Amino acid sequence: MDGAEDRLRRLFADALAGDAAAYRAFLKDLGAHLRGFLRKRLERLPDDIEDLVQETLLAIHNQRHTYDAGLPLTAWVHAIARYKLVDLLRRRAAHEAMNQPLDDEEEWLATEETESAGTRRDLAALLARLPDRHRLPIVHMKLEGLSVAETAKRTGMSESAVKVGVHRGLRALAAMIREEA
Amino acid sequence: MKTDDLIEMLAAGNGTTAAGAPGRRLAAALGWGALGALLLMAVVLGVRQDLGRMALEPMFWAKLAYTGALAGAALIVVLRLSRPGARAGRAAAALALPLAAMWLLAALALGGAGPSERDALVFGTTWGVCAFNIALISLPLFAALLWAMKGLAPTRLALAGAAAGLLSGAAAALVYSLHCPELGAPFLGIWYPLGMLIPAAAGAIIGPRLLRW
Repeated sequence: MDGAEDRLRRLFADALAGDAAAYRAFLKDLGAHLRGFLRKRLERLPDDIEDLVQETLLAIHNQRHTYDAGLPLTAWVHAIARYKLVDLLRRRAAHEAMNQPLDDEEEWLATEETESAGTRRDLAALLARLPDRHRLPIVHMKLEGLSVAETAKRTGMSESAVKVGVHRGLRALAAMIREEA
Repeated sequence: MKTDDLIEMLAAGNGTTAAGAPGRRLAAALGWGALGALLLMAVVLGVRQDLGRMALEPMFWAKLAYTGALAGAALIVVLRLSRPGARAGRAAAALALPLAAMWLLAALALGGAGPSERDALVFGTTWGVCAFNIALISLPLFAALLWAMKGLAPTRLALAGAAAGLLSGAAAALVYSLHCPELGAPFLGIWYPLGMLIPAAAGAIIGPRLLRW
């Protein structure tokens, strides 16, 4: 258990310092843990698991500035996963499912599933609905891997507008998920 | 989009984020909100003309310390509730300290007063408007703090909304001290907290809807 906390914490610290490979490894690890955590709690809504894994990963990315390095990373991630789970159950008004116990924050590390099932929601389709000022920076920087400067040149936007566009676009994506579900 | 593609997308580019961003966001909200509250108080209610004379009264300073301490404790609660996985426990308990101190002063004042003076200590001359005025002044702070909190990540939304309301109420009470003529400890121990509870209750009600992220 401590091993997972230490590993995730190290990867996340490197990621926040700008290491994209560490960030990818962190998100992959986290995705596997989340899948296991959610599979147990969404037994009655199996089709929602992968959607919720994606929504939670996006939330963790968008809210990563709220992590306080002085607190356990596990507690932070667990609180976000639990919040998104409760939010989903509320949206679905699945009162029966709410009676399933939401267990302590250590436990979600105990399970892991790397096999990912299909999603019902397609993030790519939601992405396509974003306005250009958000969509283009995400497509060029995040999907095609261009730098800020290249993206700015290609879109005719300023570099700061590109950065803001990525940031706001991902938040808008999270908001669209929230509205849709 | 597959989850692995989403991970690729999120990890691409730069994952860095400014350290201390939550604190700065709340500080900005508090600053702008306080400015709005000051303006609202000055325009609608007016600053006391005899503030200089008031400043000679120890109870005036006790009032500022009291509302300031409540606001400080509420700020810590707000900061904690804005972060997933942080607990508010001890910070919330700290809210009771200034309140207990003021009630102790109130008990002493009431104990030392004759029966005929007690009404004046409890009701002063403005008990009918005090709580309402504090709630009114808290509005700009309340709106700014809810905005700031929504950009962070509160996970217990009713509690987070209540804390934002309480902080805006306590800061508003501090601002209101520049207008309010009352110096009786019983008055301050009853009507001030009542004024702070109005935005706190409103926050608990609208938090779950407004603070979702």
